[in-house]
Amino acid sequence: MIDVINLEKHFGDKNVLDGINVKIEKGDIMVVIGPSGSGKSTFLRCLNCMEDPTGGQIIFNGVDIADPKVDINLHRRHMGMVFQHFNLFNNKTVIENIMLAPVYVARSERRKAKHKNFWIGVANVFRKEKKEKYPIGQSVAEIKSEAREKGMKLLERIGLEDKADVYPSTLSGGQKQRVAIVRALAMDPDVILFDEPTSALDPEMVGEVLDLMKQLAKEGMTMIIVTHEMGFAREVANKVVFVDEGQILESAPPKEFFENPKHPRLKEFLSKVL
Amino acid sequence: MSGLSAKIDKFIEMFIDYKGYVKVLEGLSNTLLIAVLGLLIGIVIGTLIATVRVVPKYKRLPRVLNRFCSFYVALFRGTPVVVQLLLAYYVILPLAGGHMTGVETAIMIFGLNSGAYASEIMRGGIQSVDAGQLEAGRAVGLSFSTSMFKIVIPQAVKNILPTLGNEFIALIKDTSVVSFVGATDLYVAFNYIGSNSYEFMVPYIVMALIYVVMVLLITLMIKLMERRFAKSDRRN
Repeated sequence: MIDVINLEKHFGDKNVLDGINVKIEKGDIMVVIGPSGSGKSTFLRCLNCMEDPTGGQIIFNGVDIADPKVDINLHRRHMGMVFQHFNLFNNKTVIENIMLAPVYVARSERRKAKHKNFWIGVANVFRKEKKEKYPIGQSVAEIKSEAREKGMKLLERIGLEDKADVYPSTLSGGQKQRVAIVRALAMDPDVILFDEPTSALDPEMVGEVLDLMKQLAKEGMTMIIVTHEMGFAREVANKVVFVDEGQILESAPPKEFFENPKHPRLKEFLSKVL
Repeated sequence: MSGLSAKIDKFIEMFIDYKGYVKVLEGLSNTLLIAVLGLLIGIVIGTLIATVRVVPKYKRLPRVLNRFCSFYVALFRGTPVVVQLLLAYYVILPLAGGHMTGVETAIMIFGLNSGAYASEIMRGGIQSVDAGQLEAGRAVGLSFSTSMFKIVIPQAVKNILPTLGNEFIALIKDTSVVSFVGATDLYVAFNYIGSNSYEFMVPYIVMALIYVVMVLLITLMIKLMERRFAKSDRRN
Protein backbone atom coordinates (compact mmCIF):
# COMPACT_ATOMS: atom_id res chain seq x y z
CA MET A 1 0.00 0.00 0.00
CA ILE A 2 2.88 2.34 0.81
CA ASP A 3 6.06 1.83 -1.12
CA VAL A 4 8.97 3.96 0.02
CA ILE A 5 11.76 4.08 -2.54
CA ASN A 6 15.13 5.57 -1.71
CA LEU A 7 13.66 8.29 0.51
CA GLU A 8 16.06 11.11 1.34
CA LYS A 9 15.76 14.19 3.50
CA HIS A 10 18.41 16.68 4.32
CA PHE A 11 18.23 19.90 6.32
CA GLY A 12 20.94 22.11 4.88
CA ASP A 13 23.90 19.78 4.42
CA LYS A 14 22.83 17.47 7.25
CA ASN A 15 21.53 14.16 5.94
CA VAL A 16 18.70 13.07 8.19
CA LEU A 17 17.31 10.35 5.94
CA ASP A 18 19.79 8.63 3.72
CA GLY A 19 18.04 6.35 1.27
CA ILE A 20 15.21 4.51 3.01
CA ASN A 21 13.50 1.63 1.23
CA VAL A 22 10.54 -0.07 2.83
CA LYS A 23 7.26 -1.60 1.77
CA ILE A 24 4.10 -1.54 3.85
CA GLU A 25 1.23 -3.84 2.90
CA LYS A 26 -2.39 -3.50 3.88
CA GLY A 27 -2.90 -4.69 7.47
CA ASP A 28 0.77 -4.35 8.35
CA ILE A 29 1.73 -3.02 11.74
CA MET A 30 5.21 -1.67 11.43
CA VAL A 31 7.04 -0.39 14.47
CA VAL A 32 10.00 1.91 13.97
CA ILE A 33 12.56 2.08 16.75
CA GLY A 34 15.93 3.72 17.05
CA PRO A 35 17.99 6.06 19.20
CA SER A 36 16.94 9.71 19.44
CA GLY A 37 18.19 11.78 16.55
CA SER A 38 18.28 8.74 14.29
CA GLY A 39 15.69 10.19 11.92
CA LYS A 40 12.78 7.91 12.80
CA SER A 41 10.38 10.79 13.48
CA THR A 42 11.51 12.57 10.33
CA PHE A 43 10.90 9.36 8.40
CA LEU A 44 7.34 9.19 9.70
CA ARG A 45 6.73 12.87 9.01
CA CYS A 46 8.02 12.46 5.48
CA LEU A 47 5.48 9.70 4.83
CA ASN A 48 2.62 12.21 4.72
CA CYS A 49 4.87 15.02 3.54
CA MET A 50 4.70 16.97 6.81
CA GLU A 51 8.37 17.38 5.99
CA ASP A 52 8.92 17.59 2.25
CA PRO A 53 11.29 14.79 1.23
CA THR A 54 14.31 16.04 -0.70
CA GLY A 55 14.66 12.86 -2.73
CA GLY A 56 13.08 9.51 -3.50
CA GLN A 57 9.51 8.40 -3.93
CA ILE A 58 6.59 7.52 -1.69
CA ILE A 59 4.05 5.52 -3.64
CA PHE A 60 0.77 5.62 -1.72
CA ASN A 61 -2.17 3.83 -3.34
CA GLY A 62 -0.39 4.04 -6.66
CA VAL A 63 0.47 7.75 -6.56
CA ASP A 64 3.88 9.25 -5.83
CA ILE A 65 2.95 11.72 -3.08
CA ALA A 66 6.52 12.98 -2.73
CA ASP A 67 5.99 14.74 -6.05
CA PRO A 68 5.35 18.43 -5.24
CA LYS A 69 2.78 18.65 -8.06
CA VAL A 70 0.47 16.19 -6.32
CA ASP A 71 -2.31 17.76 -4.20
CA ILE A 72 -1.10 16.34 -0.92
CA ASN A 73 -4.26 17.35 0.96
CA LEU A 74 -6.30 14.75 -0.94
CA HIS A 75 -3.93 11.97 0.07
CA ARG A 76 -3.52 13.06 3.67
CA ARG A 77 -7.26 12.45 4.10
CA HIS A 78 -6.53 8.74 3.72
CA MET A 79 -3.53 8.86 6.04
CA GLY A 80 -4.27 9.62 9.67
CA MET A 81 -1.60 10.97 11.97
CA VAL A 82 -1.29 10.92 15.75
CA PHE A 83 1.23 13.24 17.39
CA GLN A 84 3.39 13.02 20.47
CA HIS A 85 1.79 16.16 21.91
CA PHE A 86 -1.76 15.23 20.80
CA ASN A 87 -2.30 18.56 18.97
CA LEU A 88 -6.04 18.60 19.53
CA PHE A 89 -7.55 21.83 18.22
CA ASN A 90 -7.72 23.96 21.37
CA ASN A 91 -10.45 26.25 20.07
CA LYS A 92 -12.82 23.38 19.28
CA THR A 93 -14.74 21.07 21.58
CA VAL A 94 -13.95 17.36 21.57
CA ILE A 95 -16.75 16.46 19.16
CA GLU A 96 -15.88 19.43 16.91
CA ASN A 97 -12.31 18.19 16.81
CA ILE A 98 -13.55 14.88 15.45
CA MET A 99 -16.15 16.36 13.07
CA LEU A 100 -14.06 19.16 11.61
CA ALA A 101 -12.25 17.35 8.82
CA PRO A 102 -15.08 15.02 7.66
CA VAL A 103 -17.54 17.91 7.54
CA TYR A 104 -15.06 20.13 5.76
CA VAL A 105 -14.29 17.51 3.13
CA ALA A 106 -17.96 16.68 2.49
CA ARG A 107 -18.89 20.33 2.30
CA SER A 108 -16.12 21.27 -0.08
CA GLU A 109 -17.10 18.39 -2.37
CA ARG A 110 -20.70 19.55 -2.27
CA ARG A 111 -19.62 23.09 -3.09
CA LYS A 112 -17.50 21.89 -6.01
CA ALA A 113 -20.38 19.84 -7.42
CA LYS A 114 -22.65 22.87 -7.17
CA HIS A 115 -20.18 25.08 -9.01
CA LYS A 116 -19.79 22.52 -11.76
CA ASN A 117 -23.55 22.13 -12.04
CA PHE A 118 -23.94 25.87 -12.43
CA TRP A 119 -21.62 25.95 -15.44
CA ILE A 120 -23.16 22.80 -16.89
CA GLY A 121 -26.53 24.54 -16.57
CA VAL A 122 -25.19 27.59 -18.39
CA ALA A 123 -23.66 25.45 -21.14
CA ASN A 124 -26.82 23.32 -21.46
CA VAL A 125 -28.74 26.37 -22.68
CA PHE A 126 -26.67 26.20 -25.87
CA ARG A 127 -26.38 22.42 -26.13
CA LYS A 128 -28.72 20.20 -28.08
CA GLU A 129 -27.91 17.17 -25.99
CA LYS A 130 -28.21 18.29 -22.41
CA LYS A 131 -25.38 17.16 -20.18
CA GLU A 132 -26.30 15.52 -16.92
CA LYS A 133 -25.60 17.37 -13.67
CA TYR A 134 -23.66 15.99 -10.74
CA PRO A 135 -25.72 14.71 -7.83
CA ILE A 136 -25.53 17.13 -4.88
CA GLY A 137 -26.27 14.52 -2.23
CA GLN A 138 -26.83 15.55 1.34
CA SER A 139 -27.62 19.00 2.67
CA VAL A 140 -25.11 20.69 4.99
CA ALA A 141 -27.28 19.94 8.01
CA GLU A 142 -27.36 16.26 7.08
CA ILE A 143 -23.60 16.20 6.60
CA LYS A 144 -23.13 17.70 10.04
CA SER A 145 -25.59 15.46 11.85
CA GLU A 146 -24.13 12.37 10.21
CA ALA A 147 -20.59 13.40 11.17
CA ARG A 148 -21.75 14.12 14.68
CA GLU A 149 -23.43 10.75 14.97
CA LYS A 150 -20.30 9.01 13.74
CA GLY A 151 -18.15 11.08 16.10
CA MET A 152 -20.36 10.16 19.05
CA LYS A 153 -20.07 6.47 18.14
CA LEU A 154 -16.30 6.80 18.09
CA LEU A 155 -16.36 8.60 21.44
CA GLU A 156 -18.55 5.89 22.92
CA ARG A 157 -16.01 3.38 21.78
CA ILE A 158 -13.34 5.04 23.92
CA GLY A 159 -15.83 5.73 26.72
CA LEU A 160 -15.65 9.51 26.49
CA GLU A 161 -19.14 10.28 25.17
CA ASP A 162 -19.81 12.49 28.21
CA LYS A 163 -16.82 14.67 27.24
CA ALA A 164 -18.17 15.47 23.78
CA ASP A 165 -18.93 19.11 24.43
CA VAL A 166 -15.98 20.12 26.60
CA TYR A 167 -12.78 21.73 25.39
CA PRO A 168 -9.57 19.67 25.20
CA SER A 169 -7.92 21.70 27.97
CA THR A 170 -10.11 19.84 30.48
CA LEU A 171 -8.99 16.34 29.44
CA SER A 172 -6.14 14.28 30.86
CA GLY A 173 -3.21 13.36 28.65
CA GLY A 174 -4.45 9.84 28.02
CA GLN A 175 -7.93 11.07 27.16
CA LYS A 176 -6.47 13.67 24.79
CA GLN A 177 -4.43 11.07 22.96
CA ARG A 178 -7.37 8.71 22.65
CA VAL A 179 -9.47 11.55 21.22
CA ALA A 180 -6.62 12.31 18.82
CA ILE A 181 -6.62 8.69 17.64
CA VAL A 182 -10.38 8.80 17.19
CA ARG A 183 -10.06 12.06 15.27
CA ALA A 184 -7.77 10.28 12.84
CA LEU A 185 -10.24 7.36 12.62
CA ALA A 186 -13.12 9.69 11.75
CA MET A 187 -11.68 10.12 8.24
CA ASP A 188 -11.71 6.32 7.66
CA PRO A 189 -8.00 6.36 6.83
CA ASP A 190 -6.20 3.55 5.03
CA VAL A 191 -3.24 3.89 7.36
CA ILE A 192 -2.49 5.73 10.61
CA LEU A 193 0.93 7.13 11.46
CA PHE A 194 1.79 7.30 15.16
CA ASP A 195 4.61 9.65 16.16
CA GLU A 196 5.67 8.54 19.67
CA PRO A 197 2.05 8.47 20.86
CA THR A 198 2.87 7.61 24.47
CA SER A 199 6.07 9.57 25.08
CA ALA A 200 4.37 12.65 26.54
CA LEU A 201 2.03 10.70 28.81
CA ASP A 202 2.12 9.97 32.52
CA PRO A 203 3.09 6.32 33.04
CA GLU A 204 -0.36 5.37 34.33
CA MET A 205 -1.99 6.69 31.16
CA VAL A 206 0.22 4.85 28.71
CA GLY A 207 -1.82 1.67 29.10
CA GLU A 208 -5.16 3.10 27.98
CA VAL A 209 -3.62 4.49 24.79
CA LEU A 210 -1.76 1.27 24.00
CA ASP A 211 -4.94 -0.72 24.61
CA LEU A 212 -6.80 1.35 22.03
CA MET A 213 -3.98 0.87 19.56
CA LYS A 214 -4.04 -2.89 20.17
CA GLN A 215 -7.77 -2.92 19.44
CA LEU A 216 -7.14 -1.12 16.15
CA ALA A 217 -4.44 -3.62 15.32
CA LYS A 218 -6.85 -6.50 15.90
CA GLU A 219 -9.38 -4.90 13.57
CA GLY A 220 -6.79 -4.95 10.81
CA MET A 221 -5.91 -1.27 10.65
CA THR A 222 -2.62 -0.58 8.91
CA MET A 223 -0.35 1.28 11.31
CA ILE A 224 3.15 2.71 11.29
CA ILE A 225 4.32 3.45 14.80
CA VAL A 226 7.39 5.23 16.07
CA THR A 227 7.71 4.30 19.72
CA HIS A 228 10.00 3.44 22.59
CA GLU A 229 7.56 0.85 23.98
CA MET A 230 9.51 -2.33 23.24
CA GLY A 231 6.94 -4.58 24.92
CA PHE A 232 4.22 -3.16 22.72
CA ALA A 233 6.35 -3.61 19.62
CA ARG A 234 7.02 -7.25 20.45
CA GLU A 235 3.37 -7.97 21.14
CA VAL A 236 1.56 -6.11 18.37
CA ALA A 237 3.90 -5.51 15.45
CA ASN A 238 4.35 -7.87 12.56
CA LYS A 239 7.40 -6.00 11.38
CA VAL A 240 9.98 -4.08 13.40
CA VAL A 241 12.41 -1.70 11.80
CA PHE A 242 15.58 -0.31 13.34
CA VAL A 243 16.65 3.11 12.09
CA ASP A 244 19.97 4.77 12.83
CA GLU A 245 21.71 7.64 11.11
CA GLY A 246 18.97 7.91 8.54
CA GLN A 247 19.16 4.32 7.35
CA ILE A 248 17.24 1.16 8.02
CA LEU A 249 19.80 -1.15 9.58
CA GLU A 250 17.53 -4.06 10.33
CA SER A 251 14.01 -5.07 9.46
CA ALA A 252 12.49 -8.28 10.77
CA PRO A 253 9.44 -9.84 12.44
CA PRO A 254 9.44 -8.97 16.17
CA LYS A 255 10.43 -12.43 17.44
CA GLU A 256 13.52 -12.59 15.32
CA PHE A 257 14.22 -8.87 15.78
CA PHE A 258 14.37 -9.00 19.57
CA GLU A 259 15.72 -12.50 20.11
CA ASN A 260 18.18 -12.77 17.32
CA PRO A 261 19.40 -9.32 16.26
CA LYS A 262 22.07 -9.36 13.57
CA HIS A 263 23.38 -5.84 13.16
CA PRO A 264 25.96 -4.94 15.86
CA ARG A 265 24.47 -1.46 16.30
CA LEU A 266 21.06 -3.02 17.02
CA LYS A 267 22.60 -5.47 19.49
CA GLU A 268 24.19 -2.58 21.34
CA PHE A 269 20.91 -0.60 21.29
CA LEU A 270 18.82 -3.51 22.56
CA SER A 271 21.28 -4.29 25.32
CA LYS A 272 20.78 -0.75 26.59
CA VAL A 273 17.00 -0.54 26.41
CA LEU A 274 15.84 -4.03 27.29
CA MET B 1 -8.23 78.10 47.38
CA SER B 2 -10.30 81.09 46.29
CA GLY B 3 -7.85 81.35 43.39
CA LEU B 4 -8.80 77.90 42.17
CA SER B 5 -12.54 78.51 42.28
CA ALA B 6 -12.04 81.75 40.39
CA LYS B 7 -10.10 79.82 37.78
CA ILE B 8 -12.85 77.26 37.52
CA ASP B 9 -15.45 80.01 37.15
CA LYS B 10 -13.39 81.55 34.41
CA PHE B 11 -13.09 78.20 32.62
CA ILE B 12 -16.83 77.58 32.84
CA GLU B 13 -17.50 81.08 31.51
CA MET B 14 -15.14 80.46 28.59
CA PHE B 15 -16.48 76.96 28.03
CA ILE B 16 -20.19 77.79 27.95
CA ASP B 17 -20.75 81.52 27.48
CA TYR B 18 -18.06 82.00 24.86
CA LYS B 19 -18.89 78.74 23.07
CA GLY B 20 -15.67 77.00 24.05
CA TYR B 21 -17.52 73.69 24.02
CA VAL B 22 -18.00 73.94 20.26
CA LYS B 23 -14.23 73.88 19.81
CA VAL B 24 -13.85 71.08 22.34
CA LEU B 25 -16.48 68.94 20.63
CA GLU B 26 -14.80 69.51 17.30
CA GLY B 27 -11.45 68.59 18.82
CA LEU B 28 -12.87 65.50 20.50
CA SER B 29 -14.54 64.27 17.34
CA ASN B 30 -11.34 64.84 15.34
CA THR B 31 -9.27 63.00 17.93
CA LEU B 32 -11.65 60.05 17.89
CA LEU B 33 -11.98 60.13 14.10
CA ILE B 34 -8.23 60.04 13.60
CA ALA B 35 -7.72 57.31 16.19
CA VAL B 36 -10.59 55.06 15.09
CA LEU B 37 -10.04 55.40 11.34
CA GLY B 38 -6.29 55.13 11.92
CA LEU B 39 -6.81 51.89 13.80
CA LEU B 40 -9.15 50.47 11.15
CA ILE B 41 -6.73 51.30 8.33
CA GLY B 42 -3.96 49.93 10.53
CA ILE B 43 -5.80 46.64 11.06
CA VAL B 44 -6.38 46.23 7.31
CA ILE B 45 -2.75 46.98 6.44
CA GLY B 46 -1.51 44.96 9.39
CA THR B 47 -3.56 41.92 8.33
CA LEU B 48 -2.18 42.11 4.79
CA ILE B 49 1.41 42.41 5.98
CA ALA B 50 1.04 39.72 8.64
CA THR B 51 -0.40 37.37 5.98
CA VAL B 52 2.61 37.93 3.77
CA ARG B 53 4.87 37.28 6.73
CA VAL B 54 3.42 33.95 7.84
CA VAL B 55 2.74 32.40 4.44
CA PRO B 56 5.38 29.75 3.53
CA LYS B 57 8.07 31.18 1.31
CA TYR B 58 8.91 28.49 -1.20
CA LYS B 59 8.04 30.65 -4.17
CA ARG B 60 9.43 33.89 -5.49
CA LEU B 61 6.42 36.17 -5.09
CA PRO B 62 5.97 35.74 -1.31
CA ARG B 63 9.68 36.31 -0.85
CA VAL B 64 9.64 39.61 -2.76
CA LEU B 65 6.50 40.74 -0.94
CA ASN B 66 8.10 39.78 2.35
CA ARG B 67 11.10 41.96 1.66
CA PHE B 68 8.86 44.89 0.73
CA CYS B 69 6.84 44.44 3.92
CA SER B 70 9.87 44.40 6.18
CA PHE B 71 11.05 47.60 4.50
CA TYR B 72 7.66 49.20 5.13
CA VAL B 73 7.64 48.14 8.78
CA ALA B 74 11.21 49.36 9.32
CA LEU B 75 10.36 52.70 7.73
CA PHE B 76 7.29 53.41 9.83
CA ARG B 77 8.64 52.05 13.09
CA GLY B 78 11.97 53.76 12.61
CA THR B 79 10.73 57.35 12.47
CA PRO B 80 8.63 59.31 14.98
CA VAL B 81 5.04 59.82 13.93
CA VAL B 82 5.50 63.62 14.12
CA VAL B 83 8.24 63.42 11.53
CA GLN B 84 6.02 61.28 9.29
CA LEU B 85 3.18 63.79 9.65
CA LEU B 86 5.40 66.77 8.83
CA LEU B 87 6.99 65.00 5.89
CA ALA B 88 3.64 63.93 4.50
CA TYR B 89 1.96 67.30 4.95
CA TYR B 90 4.74 69.71 4.05
CA VAL B 91 6.94 67.68 1.70
CA ILE B 92 5.28 64.76 -0.02
CA LEU B 93 1.78 66.19 -0.55
CA PRO B 94 2.97 69.49 -2.12
CA LEU B 95 5.45 67.59 -4.27
CA ALA B 96 2.75 65.19 -5.41
CA GLY B 97 0.44 68.13 -5.98
CA GLY B 98 -2.30 66.62 -3.80
CA HIS B 99 -4.64 68.51 -1.51
CA MET B 100 -5.52 67.08 1.85
CA THR B 101 -6.63 68.73 5.05
CA GLY B 102 -4.65 68.29 8.22
CA VAL B 103 -7.18 65.80 9.58
CA GLU B 104 -7.09 63.70 6.40
CA THR B 105 -3.30 63.65 6.41
CA ALA B 106 -3.34 62.64 10.05
CA ILE B 107 -5.78 59.78 9.38
CA MET B 108 -3.59 58.53 6.55
CA ILE B 109 -0.33 58.74 8.48
CA PHE B 110 -1.75 57.23 11.66
CA GLY B 111 -3.28 54.45 9.59
CA LEU B 112 0.01 53.67 7.84
CA ASN B 113 1.92 53.94 11.09
CA SER B 114 -0.36 51.74 13.16
CA GLY B 115 -0.44 49.28 10.25
CA ALA B 116 3.26 48.70 10.76
CA TYR B 117 2.78 48.07 14.48
CA ALA B 118 -0.38 46.01 14.04
CA SER B 119 1.35 43.75 11.52
CA GLU B 120 4.02 42.86 14.06
CA ILE B 121 1.39 42.30 16.75
CA MET B 122 -0.55 39.95 14.48
CA ARG B 123 2.52 38.10 13.25
CA GLY B 124 3.59 37.57 16.85
CA GLY B 125 0.10 36.43 17.81
CA ILE B 126 -0.08 33.91 14.99
CA GLN B 127 3.42 32.60 15.61
CA SER B 128 2.72 32.21 19.32
CA VAL B 129 0.13 29.51 18.53
CA ASP B 130 1.77 26.09 18.86
CA ALA B 131 3.04 24.89 15.48
CA GLY B 132 1.41 21.52 16.22
CA GLN B 133 -2.02 23.07 15.72
CA LEU B 134 -1.27 23.90 12.10
CA GLU B 135 0.36 20.50 11.62
CA ALA B 136 -2.66 18.69 12.99
CA GLY B 137 -4.89 20.62 10.60
CA ARG B 138 -2.68 19.79 7.65
CA ALA B 139 -2.46 16.14 8.77
CA VAL B 140 -6.23 15.62 8.47
CA GLY B 141 -6.08 16.99 4.94
CA LEU B 142 -7.06 20.64 5.39
CA SER B 143 -5.26 23.15 3.20
CA PHE B 144 -2.88 25.74 4.64
CA SER B 145 -5.45 28.53 4.44
CA THR B 146 -8.30 26.44 5.88
CA SER B 147 -6.17 25.32 8.82
CA MET B 148 -5.14 28.91 9.35
CA PHE B 149 -8.67 30.33 9.29
CA LYS B 150 -10.37 27.53 11.23
CA ILE B 151 -7.73 26.66 13.79
CA VAL B 152 -4.75 28.98 14.11
CA ILE B 153 -6.27 32.43 13.71
CA PRO B 154 -9.15 31.93 16.18
CA GLN B 155 -6.53 31.01 18.77
CA ALA B 156 -4.23 33.84 17.74
CA VAL B 157 -7.00 36.43 18.14
CA LYS B 158 -6.94 35.77 21.86
CA ASN B 159 -3.28 36.75 21.98
CA ILE B 160 -3.64 39.63 19.55
CA LEU B 161 -6.62 41.42 21.06
CA PRO B 162 -5.10 42.78 24.30
CA THR B 163 -2.00 44.03 22.50
CA LEU B 164 -4.06 45.57 19.73
CA GLY B 165 -6.08 47.35 22.42
CA ASN B 166 -2.83 48.72 23.80
CA GLU B 167 -1.98 49.95 20.33
CA PHE B 168 -5.33 51.74 20.16
CA ILE B 169 -4.73 53.43 23.51
CA ALA B 170 -1.30 54.58 22.37
CA LEU B 171 -2.85 55.80 19.13
CA ILE B 172 -5.47 57.94 20.89
CA LYS B 173 -2.80 59.63 22.95
CA ASP B 174 -0.45 60.06 20.00
CA THR B 175 -3.08 62.01 18.10
CA SER B 176 -2.24 64.98 20.33
CA VAL B 177 0.53 65.86 17.86
CA VAL B 178 -1.77 66.54 14.90
CA SER B 179 -1.77 70.27 15.70
CA PHE B 180 1.61 70.26 13.91
CA VAL B 181 -0.28 70.04 10.63
CA GLY B 182 -3.06 72.42 11.61
CA ALA B 183 -5.75 69.94 12.59
CA THR B 184 -8.01 70.79 15.53
CA ASP B 185 -7.83 68.11 18.17
CA LEU B 186 -8.46 68.14 21.92
CA TYR B 187 -5.15 69.85 22.61
CA VAL B 188 -5.85 72.67 20.17
CA ALA B 189 -9.35 73.15 21.58
CA PHE B 190 -8.23 73.48 25.17
CA ASN B 191 -5.26 75.58 24.20
CA TYR B 192 -7.71 77.92 22.49
CA ILE B 193 -9.74 78.21 25.70
CA GLY B 194 -6.60 78.74 27.73
CA SER B 195 -5.08 81.43 25.60
CA ASN B 196 -8.35 83.35 25.35
CA SER B 197 -8.83 83.42 29.10
CA TYR B 198 -5.11 83.71 30.01
CA GLU B 199 -5.66 80.75 32.29
CA PHE B 200 -4.26 77.31 31.38
CA MET B 201 -4.45 75.23 34.54
CA VAL B 202 -8.09 74.14 34.51
CA PRO B 203 -8.36 73.57 30.74
CA TYR B 204 -5.32 71.32 30.77
CA ILE B 205 -6.60 69.35 33.76
CA VAL B 206 -9.96 68.86 32.03
CA MET B 207 -8.14 67.78 28.87
CA ALA B 208 -6.17 65.18 30.82
CA LEU B 209 -9.39 63.90 32.41
CA ILE B 210 -11.04 63.48 29.02
CA TYR B 211 -8.10 61.41 27.80
CA VAL B 212 -8.20 59.27 30.94
CA VAL B 213 -11.93 58.63 30.56
CA MET B 214 -11.51 57.63 26.92
CA VAL B 215 -8.70 55.22 27.75
CA LEU B 216 -10.68 53.69 30.61
CA LEU B 217 -13.65 53.11 28.33
CA ILE B 218 -11.43 51.40 25.76
CA THR B 219 -9.86 49.25 28.46
CA LEU B 220 -13.32 48.15 29.54
CA MET B 221 -14.29 47.28 25.97
CA ILE B 222 -11.14 45.20 25.47
CA LYS B 223 -11.83 43.32 28.68
CA LEU B 224 -15.36 42.44 27.60
CA MET B 225 -14.10 41.20 24.23
CA GLU B 226 -11.32 39.15 25.80
CA ARG B 227 -13.81 37.42 28.05
CA ARG B 228 -15.83 36.32 25.04
CA PHE B 229 -12.78 34.83 23.39
CA ALA B 230 -11.52 33.05 26.51
CA LYS B 231 -14.29 30.42 26.28
CA SER B 232 -12.04 27.50 25.39
CA ASP B 233 -9.61 28.24 28.23
CA ARG B 234 -12.18 27.96 30.93
CA ARG B 235 -12.56 24.62 32.61
CA ASN B 236 -16.16 23.60 32.73
